[in-house]
Amino acid sequence: MLEVGLTHYLILGALLFSVGLIGVLTRKNAIVILMSIELMLNAVNITFVAFGKYYANGTGSIVVFFVMTIAACEAAVGLALAVAVLKRFKEIDIKNFELLKG
Amino acid sequence: MSHALLMSLLVLSPLVGFTINGFCFRGHNAKIAGTIATSAMVISFLSALTLVIQLAGMPVESREIRVDFFTWIHVGALRIPMGFVVDQISAIMILIITGVGSLIHLFSVGYMSHDHTPFKFFAYLNFFVFNMLLLVLGENLLVMFVGWEGVGLCSYLLIGYWFTDGEKAAAGMKAFITNRIGDAGLLLGIFLLFQQFGTLQFATLAANAPTIAEATFGPITLACLFLFVGAMGKSAQIPLYVWLPDAMAGPTPVSALIHAATMVTAGVYMIVRLNALYVVAPTAMFVVALVGALTAVFAATIGLAQNDIKKVLAYSTVSQLGYMFLGVGVGAFGAGMFHLMTHAFFKALMFLGAGSVIHGMHHEQDMTKMGGLSKKMPITYFTFLMGWLAIIGMPPFAGFFSKDEILWQAYASPRGHIIFWIMGVVGAVCTAFYMTRLMALTFWGKSRVSKDVHPHESPPSMLIPLSVLALLSVIGGWIGIPHVISAVLPGHIPNMLEHWLEPRIVKIPSEGAHGSVILEWIFMGISVSLAGLSAWFAFFLYAKPNALLGKLTSSMGGLKTLVENKYYVDEMYFASIINPLIKASRFLWGRVDVNIIDRATYLLSDYVKQCGLGLRQLQNGNLQQYLFYMVIGLVVFLVLV
Repeated sequence: MLEVGLTHYLILGALLFSVGLIGVLTRKNAIVILMSIELMLNAVNITFVAFGKYYANGTGSIVVFFVMTIAACEAAVGLALAVAVLKRFKEIDIKNFELLKG
Repeated sequence: MSHALLMSLLVLSPLVGFTINGFCFRGHNAKIAGTIATSAMVISFLSALTLVIQLAGMPVESREIRVDFFTWIHVGALRIPMGFVVDQISAIMILIITGVGSLIHLFSVGYMSHDHTPFKFFAYLNFFVFNMLLLVLGENLLVMFVGWEGVGLCSYLLIGYWFTDGEKAAAGMKAFITNRIGDAGLLLGIFLLFQQFGTLQFATLAANAPTIAEATFGPITLACLFLFVGAMGKSAQIPLYVWLPDAMAGPTPVSALIHAATMVTAGVYMIVRLNALYVVAPTAMFVVALVGALTAVFAATIGLAQNDIKKVLAYSTVSQLGYMFLGVGVGAFGAGMFHLMTHAFFKALMFLGAGSVIHGMHHEQDMTKMGGLSKKMPITYFTFLMGWLAIIGMPPFAGFFSKDEILWQAYASPRGHIIFWIMGVVGAVCTAFYMTRLMALTFWGKSRVSKDVHPHESPPSMLIPLSVLALLSVIGGWIGIPHVISAVLPGHIPNMLEHWLEPRIVKIPSEGAHGSVILEWIFMGISVSLAGLSAWFAFFLYAKPNALLGKLTSSMGGLKTLVENKYYVDEMYFASIINPLIKASRFLWGRVDVNIIDRATYLLSDYVKQCGLGLRQLQNGNLQQYLFYMVIGLVVFLVLV
């Protein structure tokens, strides 16, 4: 029987983080990019929780709550932007955000 | 008053005058500007006088007033103070500079009364005096050099004072550039002396000078020759004399102050100041004497055929400077200083007299359009007469004593030779001729003044300086009466000047000195009578209409054109140096600069531009690309760690 240990959680976190990163770097749709960022944040969360359990220390779990709060705020702001861009350009391609400068 | 205070008053009051006048440079009132400048000069003169009187009261062994204001340069072991010294040599110089300078400033008030920018003029004039005082008071070669360059600058500014006239502006530039050539030599000389002695102080240089004369050539000889190149430029000797006649483009008081009495004598002063070094460099002294003698004759012959009154005086100045160099070159440093002093009196007088004539003639300088002015301008005429008698060397006027001293020393000194004496006498004969010609054409004979010009006598502010200088031209020589004359005079007046300068002058070992009292009387008689004959001949030719003059000039037609055109020296310089230089510059500009240097820089700038274009692609505003760079960077960082 396979013993699920710290290493497995860390590898899962790293994989999820990479998937999220690739999503951020390659996808053009702003919604998908936001989702990918959520994925990366949650990958970090997994890592925190795993370390917290391993060292029998509550700090890791508490940081996760902060991260989740930030993620919620970020999602709210990001989606609001996405809605605004959709109204203005009728599509949610990331390239439209470039035109917001200056 | 303390020495430091007097010294500050002496040096700084012209600077204060310069500052005040310089800030009001838009003003038009010549009287106010002149009053400021002249009072600054008078304060300066009074301080100089007080200093010299205090100096004379000191015991002979320690006769020196020394004030160090601050340390100017301090690098490692080298320490150059901004120090001023009044000793026997600079005492004479500061009295001439501030005394004659005050008179010339006073004269300028009248002369420049119709000028548009008198404040600028007086500011320059005051600044010149300040620099000249730096030059003669500096206790080391560097302070002297600052003054040396400063007077050059003022000379340039004042020659080109009426710069809207292109020719006058060009004359200023010519003076400046010619002086730069000399200054390069002067700098090399200073460097060489520093390398040899490790110091630039005059006192230390004199104390450390070797006692045995160098053989034909050596480092000190080379340094002395380089310094003499500087003197050639500043004091207008062959081959760098060409700027001085052109410098007459400036206002006449400038010609009197800068180009006759003070600045041009800076070279003579420098050699006298460094006499301890020149004495041990016989070759350098021989060159100085030879160049001086050649210049004395050469310039005097050019003066024979000039029609511009100021040009005659200019060539006369070049020639008289030649005498001074002949004097110091044969080792008669005292005689050189003596002639410097008397020349400052009578030449300043003649320039100011010429200025008075030009002023009265409404800016006419051509002597062929003058004549008979003695009745119209009696005081100017009378004072000019004193200057004339002084310069042609008639006893007992000032010029006789100083010129005769130089001529006698040119033969009798251990470094002298009969050839030098002959050249000096030829120069004196020419001098007597052209000066009498000037007098005859300007003041004597029938008037050739055109109908619409009404010559008038000048205002008192111009006549007072003339009278004082005339007096000095008469009695100025009496402080240096030679021994042979004083021996027969009642009371045996000693040669005060020689006695005064003695502690500062290094004696040349006297083997090889020749001459006797009888010979000195004979030589004196020959030179005076030849000069007198020559003056009489010139009077005979020019004072009254004379058929002989036409015959004489036509019989030497070629020679006459040659002399009238100043031996084509300017043309020669143009053909041999200036034009090739311009051609080379055009080649370097049109070919080398445009085709090679410019192209190379364009190539470089194009390359930079291309690089920029390439790198611009990186920063295109694409958010995801930026993120990608960050990730790459992070990965590289992690891998490296």
